[in-house]
Amino acid sequence: MTYFPEEVVEHIFDFLGSHGDRNTVSTVCKAWYRVERLSRRNVFVGNCYAVRPERVAARFPRVRSLSVKGKPHFADFNLVPPDWGGFAATWIEAMARGCPGLEELRMKRMVVSDECLELLARSFPNFKALVLVSCEGFSTDGLAAIATHCRSLKELDLQENEMEDRGPQWLSCFPDSCTSLISLNFACLKGEVNAGALERLVSRCPNLRSLRLNRAVSAETLAKVLTKAPQLVDLGTGSFMLDHRSEAFHKLFDAIQKCKSLRSLSGFWDASPLCLPAIYTICANLTGLNLSYAPAIQGFDLIKLIRHCWKLQRLWVLDSIGDKGLAVVASTCKDLQELRVFPSDIYGAGSAAVTEEGLVAISSGCPKLNSLLYFCDQMTNAALITVAKNCPNFIRFRLCILEPRKPDAVTNQPLDEGFGAIVQSCKDLRRLSLSGLLTDQVFLYIGMYAERLEMLSIAFAGDSDKGMAYVLNGCKNLRKLEIRDSPFGDAALLEDVGKYETMRSLWMSSCDVTLGGCKVLASKMPRLNVEVINERDESDELEENPSDLHKVEKMYVYRTIAGPRNDAPDFVWIL
Amino acid sequence: MEGDLKKGLEACPQLLDLIANEREWLVKEGGGEANGFGVAEERKLELRLAPPGEEDWVEEKEKRVEHSVKSILPLGHLSKVAKSNGFNPCSGAKRGFLGAVEPNPEGFAQQQSGLLHLQSKAGMEKEQQSTERKASGPPIAVTAENVAVSINSSQARTATTPIVGWPPIRSFRKNIASSSRPGLGTQNVSSETAAKFEDDKKGLFVKINMDGIPIGRKVDLKAYNNYEKLSLAVDELFSALLSAQRDPVANGGQKNAKEKETISTGLLDGSGEYTLVYEDEEGDKMLVGDVPWDMFISTAKRLRVLKSSNLSASSLRSVSRKRTATEC
Repeated sequence: MTYFPEEVVEHIFDFLGSHGDRNTVSTVCKAWYRVERLSRRNVFVGNCYAVRPERVAARFPRVRSLSVKGKPHFADFNLVPPDWGGFAATWIEAMARGCPGLEELRMKRMVVSDECLELLARSFPNFKALVLVSCEGFSTDGLAAIATHCRSLKELDLQENEMEDRGPQWLSCFPDSCTSLISLNFACLKGEVNAGALERLVSRCPNLRSLRLNRAVSAETLAKVLTKAPQLVDLGTGSFMLDHRSEAFHKLFDAIQKCKSLRSLSGFWDASPLCLPAIYTICANLTGLNLSYAPAIQGFDLIKLIRHCWKLQRLWVLDSIGDKGLAVVASTCKDLQELRVFPSDIYGAGSAAVTEEGLVAISSGCPKLNSLLYFCDQMTNAALITVAKNCPNFIRFRLCILEPRKPDAVTNQPLDEGFGAIVQSCKDLRRLSLSGLLTDQVFLYIGMYAERLEMLSIAFAGDSDKGMAYVLNGCKNLRKLEIRDSPFGDAALLEDVGKYETMRSLWMSSCDVTLGGCKVLASKMPRLNVEVINERDESDELEENPSDLHKVEKMYVYRTIAGPRNDAPDFVWIL
Repeated sequence: MEGDLKKGLEACPQLLDLIANEREWLVKEGGGEANGFGVAEERKLELRLAPPGEEDWVEEKEKRVEHSVKSILPLGHLSKVAKSNGFNPCSGAKRGFLGAVEPNPEGFAQQQSGLLHLQSKAGMEKEQQSTERKASGPPIAVTAENVAVSINSSQARTATTPIVGWPPIRSFRKNIASSSRPGLGTQNVSSETAAKFEDDKKGLFVKINMDGIPIGRKVDLKAYNNYEKLSLAVDELFSALLSAQRDPVANGGQKNAKEKETISTGLLDGSGEYTLVYEDEEGDKMLVGDVPWDMFISTAKRLRVLKSSNLSASSLRSVSRKRTATEC
């Protein structure tokens, strides 16, 4: 291949889609390394502390699209203290210096400041797309900077961020010359936006395909926006709260009918069921529907709605849909691929909303199902075995039985067999989350059968170190392992220390790992960062130097070529 | 010990009545198993105010008690979730889980009765311990709006003591969930309410201690918008404890109206029996009430209710120095 001119090699590399493949060819020889790195357009950094930003910028000077992830997944559930880390600033600074041609930046679970966003806005003349997912630390001022300075912005996508609202002006910062927007999502914004500015912006962006409004946007404004943008493919509706007898409702109704291209809907924050008929006619075209923010729409109305959505491929819904509602989904949505059922009544004394029956119904009606997130009150082995038989195509299977360690609701046995059936049947399973009463046996099954498994989430499960050892020894493709409240200790941790270099990260909290065990791991594996997270109060009178026998509350281990990070707060010890 | 325990138990009803208004009291169970009372001797009386929805804080406190208790607890009750040993399921709720952790019928029954029991310790002597708030029982971390439901729900839904980070859903989804409860009609859930809800979720919790009371509390400064409300809240927090301390057996839980006035009267202007001070970012002690409210909540790190007679010369100096500074 070295006989070919570099342009040819580069062109051949263009056909390599995945990061993994490109990484592989770059290791073949120096020439290929050089060609690959200079022609790389997309770089994905799964752990922001695995490599220094400067190094990425230096190796891939022509990168156009960068994705970086920060905090560990359990940060979503408040298990990672604030200030732990994951700062975007170093990345944006490094890119600003080394890769001014950057066009797209995607960040997940990172701390992004307004200053960063300002720097971003000013440093990349061709910047086109900013996607922030589950980030925090910025405000609408940062958005204003983006809107003001990014002349060719196509995509501004804010998903589930914790952001401060400093007023509605930011939306007005998009200059009149900005006509390039394709995707705008500010659904997580808490405050109001200027309705007029929104309408004008939408009017002048004829290529707008995806628009997700926040709760503060009224249904009246929505109607006006839709009349200006009937070409929308994906819509987040805003509050959708209207009196169904009002003039405004009719206007909205009319506007929606004209949106023939709509394929995906979300929002409905305050929608009352009586407003739903507005969307019935377009339901037949929908492939995606997210009603998980709409607690007011209860079972009966949900079912009525779903009956219209026979092309649905992706459905997110609250468990108020009930087993009966899921049966309707099963009989209506034959193309369903992804289902997420969220709990709607965590603290209250609600009756069981969905059970194993709903899941079994879905599995028998929707054989294409490949991605599941299911919060339920109970489960049985029999149900899981049936599901495994009906749906062998699962890629993601995340089951959360709300009560930890709950056994099979009928037999009172652990759910080992049920999950065992899942991993045995679903050969392409990449992500698995376990719950319910589980012994070491389930981990034996996982180690034996889950060959493609990349991410495993364990909570309140297992009996002994053997459980974790089965997984570490068995799952060849494991990338992320996160464990909480399970009896795995030092023996399991140190079972196969080399394994962790083949993985992105390991999280263990409230397990039996001791400080001594962590230290041993750290000393054996210099290319891992072993972080011990101790949340302490300033007035805590406990010892400053706990003994090695002291159990570690939270531990986060990840492979890195960047060495110990220098931005760790006091409560994080890097061993 | 027996006598002390009896006294403590008698104190229970009175303190139970403190479950009032929007406050959620977290109580640590002293073991709950047969040998629990033996262990109780070592434990401190622990009352904790659960900040509405503040799970991080709850978790932090839980951790601390586990560390402090670990060495004390007999290892006789090892279980799978080793760290929960000795804990009544409801107190080990962060880690273990009620009903699922250990077979603990007594604890179960206690929990299921829906009442929050208080188990007092014989000696709450140590000043050091008393000024610190230690983590305690089940982190019933609920939002203010959830309070009523959750107290009832511990009866209805078996074994659903909330555990930190469980179920694994994002915080904003928990908000949505709670706004769906009956009684909160959708018409009421406007965007303003939602926004306020989100803001409240964050909260600004600072510790507050009171002279003479070993147990500290935490207040959410964001829950108030002026000093007067804060003053009343302080009163509510401590007056009952104060009267309980002064006269544990009497009153059987009736709030002593006179006591109630005592704390907040003159709290802010130095004229009363008590004075409210705060510690700012630099660690200086300042009189509460001098600066505009917004400035106060952004700089206050800790609060203290001092006996006015205790305002020492030195602390007064720093207070007046700062006061002069702000007046300039």
